[in-house]
Amino acid sequence: MKIGVMVNEGPYQHQSSDSAYLFCKAAIESGHQIERVFFYHDGVNNATKLTEPPQDDRNVVARWTKLAEEHGVDLVVCVAAALRRGIVEQNLAQGFRISGLGQLVESAIQSDRLVVFGD
Amino acid sequence: MDEAGTVKKFLFVNRKAPYGSVYALEGLEVVLISAAFDQDVGLAFLDDGVYQLAKGQNPKGIETKNFSPTYRALEGYDIEKLYVERESLEARGLTEGDLLVDVQVLGAAEMAALMDEMDVMISF
Amino acid sequence: MLHIVNKSPGERSTLASCLAHARPGHCVLLIEDAVYAATKGHAAGAQVAKALGGGVKVYVLTPDLEARARAGAVAEGVVQVDYRGFVDLVTQNPRVQSWL
Repeated sequence: MKIGVMVNEGPYQHQSSDSAYLFCKAAIESGHQIERVFFYHDGVNNATKLTEPPQDDRNVVARWTKLAEEHGVDLVVCVAAALRRGIVEQNLAQGFRISGLGQLVESAIQSDRLVVFGD
Repeated sequence: MDEAGTVKKFLFVNRKAPYGSVYALEGLEVVLISAAFDQDVGLAFLDDGVYQLAKGQNPKGIETKNFSPTYRALEGYDIEKLYVERESLEARGLTEGDLLVDVQVLGAAEMAALMDEMDVMISF
Repeated sequence: MLHIVNKSPGERSTLASCLAHARPGHCVLLIEDAVYAATKGHAAGAQVAKALGGGVKVYVLTPDLEARARAGAVAEGVVQVDYRGFVDLVTQNPRVQSWL
């Protein structure tokens, strides 16, 4: 099944990015396709490559990058939400791309399910 | 895969008050974009989401943009299905007359039935 | 339909709102801080029991329970699932709604 995912909160502040990541991983392990993860609201902060978590903590951003590299998951950051919050091409982590809100609507149309994680 | 012609029923579920957080404003931005995709789009307002439609919003004093007129502009985007839950209005001392746009008022059971017909639900 | 709730019923009314719109045969999955609602002795227990009695299926995400030290206290009738079970609920139900 094709599943689209939406993430609406930033990393570390709220559990939603962790929940979304673990859901994506389990879906892929179960043989489903995560066709796109769309980052909106403060969720765009998942895409900054400037993050430096302590050594003994998970690296939320790097985890998303790895998911994109290993499973071809399309990580899309909303441009309008990103500009508001200072996420631009220069600080965008590997595996993410910046695009419009239309990508969310398109994902909802093309996927069999859209699962939203947020606060 | 050819996705042309796919029309899904979208319901944007608004349950949060405006101004205290960005969800109402950025949620509305998604609604406006969805209009370009020729989908069957509706908006539901329940719980504190009904405050988004309150008449007379004046956020000058908090130096924030008043985005409430946009709800009245939705009609111009062919988005005409605005559903408001009766119980949510009543619990907040509001009536349909306190709202800035024409809506269809539904009871919770009717709202539940409506949700059960949707393909995609995004809540803000 | 699968309803996903992530708010603690001790802090927000999201669960009550969700349950007011859950119809017989629907599934409700409690994740993140909502898992507290599925534990024995919680004040929200009556709401959950009423939903179960009305034909709504209630699930709780085990890793979130374990993280919060509540895995040993799951209320009767609530079914525990892991992330794979979460995925199965999403694929088995024709529509999904997150009550944010």
